[in-house]
Amino acid sequence: MSDILDLGAREIARAVVAKKTSALEIAEDALARAHARDGAVGAYLTIVDDVAREQARRVDAALAKGANLPLAGVPVAIKDNMCLSGTRTTAASKILGNWVASYTATAVQRLLDAGAIPVGKANLDEFAMGSSCENSALGVTRNPWDLSRVPGGSSGGSAAAVASGTAAFALGSDTGGSIREPAAFCGVVGFKPTYGRVSRYGLIAFASSLDQIGPIAKSVEDCALVYEIIAGADPADATTVERPVERTLDAMRDDLKGLRVGIVREFDLAKLEPEVRAVYEQAYRDLERLGAELVEVALPTADYGVATYYLIAPAECSSNLARFDGMRYGLRVEGVDVGATYEATRAAGFGDEVKRRILIGTYALSSGYYDAYYVRAQKARTLIAADFNTAFEWCDVIACPAASSPAFEFNAKSDPVSMYLMDYYTIPMSLAGLPSLSVPCGYVTPSGSAKPLPLGLELTTPLFAERALLGVAYAYERGTRHAEKHCPPALEAVR
Amino acid sequence: MSSGQIDVAYVAKLARLALSSDEVERFGAQLGALLEHVQTLQKLPTADVAATAQVIPSVNVMRDDVARPSLPRDVVLEAAPQRQGSYFRVPRILGEPG
Repeated sequence: MSDILDLGAREIARAVVAKKTSALEIAEDALARAHARDGAVGAYLTIVDDVAREQARRVDAALAKGANLPLAGVPVAIKDNMCLSGTRTTAASKILGNWVASYTATAVQRLLDAGAIPVGKANLDEFAMGSSCENSALGVTRNPWDLSRVPGGSSGGSAAAVASGTAAFALGSDTGGSIREPAAFCGVVGFKPTYGRVSRYGLIAFASSLDQIGPIAKSVEDCALVYEIIAGADPADATTVERPVERTLDAMRDDLKGLRVGIVREFDLAKLEPEVRAVYEQAYRDLERLGAELVEVALPTADYGVATYYLIAPAECSSNLARFDGMRYGLRVEGVDVGATYEATRAAGFGDEVKRRILIGTYALSSGYYDAYYVRAQKARTLIAADFNTAFEWCDVIACPAASSPAFEFNAKSDPVSMYLMDYYTIPMSLAGLPSLSVPCGYVTPSGSAKPLPLGLELTTPLFAERALLGVAYAYERGTRHAEKHCPPALEAVR
Repeated sequence: MSSGQIDVAYVAKLARLALSSDEVERFGAQLGALLEHVQTLQKLPTADVAATAQVIPSVNVMRDDVARPSLPRDVVLEAAPQRQGSYFRVPRILGEPG
């Protein structure tokens, strides 16, 4: 029997609006499912039963009065670096511990106003710093496709919640690939809008010139639906752009005729494992089959992306995380004086990866090194953005892998630099602020395993070209239907 | 750019982070490897390039200088590690400790 929770966000909202079911019924089903399934997957740090029921009652009451709610009754997972008033919000860090948010993030509030039902707060790498979710100080999230593998990161809980069917969609945040990589690893769609498109008010800051909130969902259309709701200027976030948000839901295309797709010369598929390479070669052929013309474009500075990012992002994080000093909220570890209290609080509260990034960032900003590291990285950033501008003179959209491999096993990347290189394909777009998404593009089965693992195709367009991006991704998704070919094995047992 | 060496104990002091000697050693090696990786940026000709702080052109964003309601004081103070009435209680920062 098909379950309403396995439908997309749009279909669920339609069923609720048509009174085939109620928001409260869906909330109860989603909560029951989350409690039953999440033991194995661990997508959530907190399941918010009371908040979900209260919101569901509010939605049902509003619908009874004729309110128009595009996400009526749709269960959503919220990455736990976003505030939801009255719920524990941790950024997966011990330093926030049991902090209860005293306000709600703008993006989250817009979802609530549209009728969505929060199921829980999803796990992440501590302060969104990581590519596997292994840096969470508060819990382990497993990939629903193979529980011995990571879900990706940093929005690993968000992607795993959607892939395991406990939420119809999720909010993630992306600084260097933290929406796109976990979406690819979990076989779902993850969309990072243009920098400045979605308010970060209520998002716990990591690297402010890069952080962006976006949806993770089972389909491109659901990403478009959520994007239209959360995007737009916000007086509470001065970095949001005052530019009208284009409709995207009416931009869904049937084919790719007349479209020029850029294939990046520097992203040579020969660097990949043969079976991974075969999937991406097929993905490019599929784009052609759907009517696109493939053109080679150059991003000569793409290989400098990781080095640039791992100076800029830690520099910004070392500044942003200075506020966690144990004075006004969160953990405090008393020392002999105020300085010792700061030092002891931060030593006890932050995990290794956060400490590493604070140290590298502090170093890159310190006297004598500022120009050599931080300013040089900012100049490299200028060149990377300029390369994209040149490439987009020759193409409408850029296609490339979202990651160099499928989800890897726990503890496979113990050396930090090898973990940082996981972001190779997503970082350049982040540095340039571009809208970019990952859509399922096929599967590989690692040797010695019977479990297929999904891969993601990353598509990227110029600044503010979300409408074109989502339209192209929809045509690819519809023309390949990869998401329908397999189901995460973690779910087969419960179905 | 200097070679991949970093005085971790000194930087930790700047960052207000207490580190164990084991951490100083471990982070020193790991950050050294990262610094080695970022040396690659030296190959980029950046002399005449302007620095990019963020990619979306925006000038100073102003709002009217009008008082607005803030978060409820009691709700915010509820999260304080230590409070005294309607104040955050923090360690002494001036004068003799005591």
